Amino acid sequence: MDDQSPYLHPQYETLSPEDLKSLQLERLQATVKHCMNSPFYKKRFEEQGLKPEDIKSLDDIRKIPFTTKQDLRDTYPFGIASVPLRQCVRLHSSSGTTGNPTVILHTQKDLDEWANQVARNLWMVGLRPDDVFQNSSGYGMFTGGLGFQYGAEKLGMLTVPAAAGNSLRQIKFIKDFGTTAIHAVPSYVTRLYEVMQQEGVDPRKDTKLKVLAIGAEPHSEEQRKRIENMMGVKAYNSFGMSEMCGPGVGFECKEQNGLHFWEDYYIVEIVNPETLEPVPDGEIGELVLTTLCREAMPLLRYRTRDLTRVLGHTCPCGRNHVRLDRMRGRSDDMMVLRGVNIFPIQIEKILMQFKELANNYLITLTTDEDNDNMTVEVELEELFTDDFQRLLELQKEIKRRLKDEILLTPHVKLVPKGTLPVSEGKAVRVVDKRKVYQ
Amino acid sequence: MTIKQLSIFIENKGGTLIKVLDLLSKAGIQIIASTIADTKDYGIYRLLTDDPAQAYLILKEAGINVQLSDVFALSIDDVPGRAAEAVKQISDAGVSILYLYSFLWQGKGVLVFRADPSEKAKETIMLNKMTFLTEKDFK
Repeated sequence: MDDQSPYLHPQYETLSPEDLKSLQLERLQATVKHCMNSPFYKKRFEEQGLKPEDIKSLDDIRKIPFTTKQDLRDTYPFGIASVPLRQCVRLHSSSGTTGNPTVILHTQKDLDEWANQVARNLWMVGLRPDDVFQNSSGYGMFTGGLGFQYGAEKLGMLTVPAAAGNSLRQIKFIKDFGTTAIHAVPSYVTRLYEVMQQEGVDPRKDTKLKVLAIGAEPHSEEQRKRIENMMGVKAYNSFGMSEMCGPGVGFECKEQNGLHFWEDYYIVEIVNPETLEPVPDGEIGELVLTTLCREAMPLLRYRTRDLTRVLGHTCPCGRNHVRLDRMRGRSDDMMVLRGVNIFPIQIEKILMQFKELANNYLITLTTDEDNDNMTVEVELEELFTDDFQRLLELQKEIKRRLKDEILLTPHVKLVPKGTLPVSEGKAVRVVDKRKVYQ
Repeated sequence: MTIKQLSIFIENKGGTLIKVLDLLSKAGIQIIASTIADTKDYGIYRLLTDDPAQAYLILKEAGINVQLSDVFALSIDDVPGRAAEAVKQISDAGVSILYLYSFLWQGKGVLVFRADPSEKAKETIMLNKMTFLTEKDFK
């Protein structure tokens, strides 16, 4: 591809809305047909009396039942796959702290297509084979690692798998290798900047940075602006989820006015999470995605539980792929903090092991400076001591056990029994005061 | 040798102290001395009253996080150096003082403290013939 072209895949990126729709229908029909190789989907279609031939238009997608995370758990590990295992070459999985993990299988073609999406995104924000891409994201099962690695390589960039952490080494790499682009969760970019300041490194003068890709953690427009001001470069919002492949699914173009979701790869629906009926453009609802190019594990109408809205279907950048707002929250009780998915039940499970504590608790998420933090308030069942030292030890022990479970260290606050809010007899468990949700 | 002290867990939030004081006042319980120790998030309010057992019941019933703890109350002359002397004798015996507060009572100074180990503190007080107060003294 010519470096001057704004598009890596002009044949797909600049499709007219009509052509995009007919491509989607063709791919949806092929996907549904292919899904009949999956024991899970075959059974589900039979139960509904639905046949692949019944999908005659894009609107017919509404005849297909939703797929949920629970379905993935129930069919753990390989029950949804639409190809034999010998055709699969990669597996990614969630941590599975709230039940069976969710397992996602990939064929070689799936991995190639995934890399294509990431490469398209990075090209879209101006990166070219001359650039040096440092991926400061966790590797391993977390798809932000390998996803960006293969995508950046596909584009042809020199790609540094720096992974997360060790900020001094990260900064050395940025300077020594002439890193021009970084991918990281937003809170880690802030951390990097802090360390740069301590080390007397000015990102504007002492580095060649020009692009940041940030994602995997909810963040507000204000936080993005602050990150851009700190680092002196543009920061683009990235959306991904392992169920769809990982990062690559949606990405902001240079307009920074919503994330383009690639409609040659996915059918995007926004539904009311209660009624499951579609909501009009502009209205917030739950994002539902159908994969159009997956071999190993196509998913039909997957309920992402992420809340967002359609901002528009056209864009000055010339791409007619739907633009979605940054994620506005969740339709279940999952919290995403610094890229880690956490359910309140995980916290509850730990707290209930402390006989010193009463049953009520409150989780508050806040943005302090640019870091997202969690405070867990717990009620003391009885004052079992009047020695501060022992209260502090208890606090520390709760913290330590919570960290083992959720991998982040929350603040723990002891409060007297009966002081936490209870509304209509049902306890309020999570209060999200982070800027992104306001 | 020890007396009962009320220890109350309170949040650093307006109104929590008033609630406790109100309950005690309505029950006609007199406060002899009180002190608050606090951290960023919460505090422990410690009080000596003329009827700790009754006070405990009332607060407990009202759902307050309260505990009765055993503390020592030494009576000392109200002149400079006496507190230093007393504390030195205690700590020389290898006893740690977890917390301490003082007040004047009928012309004498009173040192209230919790000691660890408690048995050793008792022994030291006996051996040194120190004067201690009992609950009867506050009735």
